[in-house]
Amino acid sequence: MQLELKNLYDDFRDANTMRAYAKIIHEDAKKLDQTYHIMEVCGGHTHTIMKYGILQLLPENIKFVHGPGCPVCIMPKERIDHAYVLAMQNDVILVTLGDMIKVPGSNGSLQDARSKGADVRFVYSPLDCLTIAAQNPEKKIIFFAIGFETTTPMTAALLNAVTQKNITNILFHINHVTVPEAMSALIADDTSNISAFLGPAHVSVISGSKIYEEFPRDYKKPVVVSGFEPVDVMQSISMIVKQFVEKRCELEVEYKRAVSYEGNLKAQELIDKYFQKAESFRWRGLGDIPKSGLRLRDTYDALNAEIMYKKILPTQKIDDHKLCICGDILRGKANPLECKIFGTVCKPTSPIGSCMVSSEGACAAYYKYGNLL
Amino acid sequence: MCLSIPSKVVKIDKENNMATVDTMGVQRNASLDLIGEDEVQLGDYVLLHIGFIMNKIDEEDALLSLETYKEIIAAMDEEERQKAILEDDECPNRGV
Ligand code: SF4
Repeated sequence: MQLELKNLYDDFRDANTMRAYAKIIHEDAKKLDQTYHIMEVCGGHTHTIMKYGILQLLPENIKFVHGPGCPVCIMPKERIDHAYVLAMQNDVILVTLGDMIKVPGSNGSLQDARSKGADVRFVYSPLDCLTIAAQNPEKKIIFFAIGFETTTPMTAALLNAVTQKNITNILFHINHVTVPEAMSALIADDTSNISAFLGPAHVSVISGSKIYEEFPRDYKKPVVVSGFEPVDVMQSISMIVKQFVEKRCELEVEYKRAVSYEGNLKAQELIDKYFQKAESFRWRGLGDIPKSGLRLRDTYDALNAEIMYKKILPTQKIDDHKLCICGDILRGKANPLECKIFGTVCKPTSPIGSCMVSSEGACAAYYKYGNLL
Repeated sequence: MCLSIPSKVVKIDKENNMATVDTMGVQRNASLDLIGEDEVQLGDYVLLHIGFIMNKIDEEDALLSLETYKEIIAAMDEEERQKAILEDDECPNRGV
């Protein structure tokens, strides 16, 4: 058989294959005498699970808890306030990705800043900053960089272009975070009831499957690195359940078609050239997690918006709305339906918490696909 | 924002280190900055993410998965067929 592009889409969404896996999972789960909780770390997985009704295909004793892997959801308000303040400077064009523009900080969202006259843009690719910078030589372009291991190398590639071409009007506000540190923090919390992890494949496309080695080894939690198509997810769940049945505890890769043990070394090299671990990053909902964020190396202070604009950036930490339980949801302890204001006061059109703002957030997924529940 | 899209490489522009990829009929430009030299060729399947090619999709592995899926579906169908025969055996109308 010759592989065609449409195979990579259709065949990994095939309903019959999903049913076949559901059957295997049900058979295997009968051999288990307790309930297991699998955490899907990444918001992309949360969406696949909700969109394709995967929860409904699973036996009673295999449950999912939704993890913190949505870069917009975990952005604390004080960082959004930074973006807001930067955007309000007359000579600044603030550039970011995706849903970041909608998340409310303490003064409002970037969208609100825009309605007050700020120049805020969101781009498809970080490289678009180069065009914006060339067209606006009198302005400072600040790239508000967000995301996990998946988007970090693209920021690094932009940094590389900026330094090589000696571009002087692009600066960076870095909010890149890393997945394994957050997973360890979740396990360290003894009230967590995570039995295994579904690891996001695209993180390992960059960083390799090696980043999850410690979890089966040191914490006795199986990890299966899974792709994002629904068949990938079903197959990965089946692999995890087989580990439970056979009392194994291993790191396995389902998404072999693009994930290697080492990952993309060129991307890792670029990341290492520009970034180092930050002491700590405060995750919305999870609090401070040591070494879970990246910052620009000192050599690049001149490109660092947090340093260049230090005087005007607010420093106080800001907590969430009292009724919002995003924190517990991101920790895998609560489900969006347990929030008192889910779907009533808090909706995608008037989000209170970040899990509702980002289309990758768990609350947004429950809202959108809730009719399946 | 985070998800990458399987795409096929249809053009490579070495000078600018860019490629043109096809994503189910839509053509887009993608940077090759995260890819080692000559690692990606015309006709390769790749993962595209926020304007960059993240890496190559291994065709053999993809085909192997598809092969496995066919087998498990066949096994399920066979099991269901056997079950149908067995159920048929208990049919009260049998021999009527
Ligand atoms: S529904 Fe809204 S307020 Fe409730 S947890 Fe989700 S984001 Fe927070």
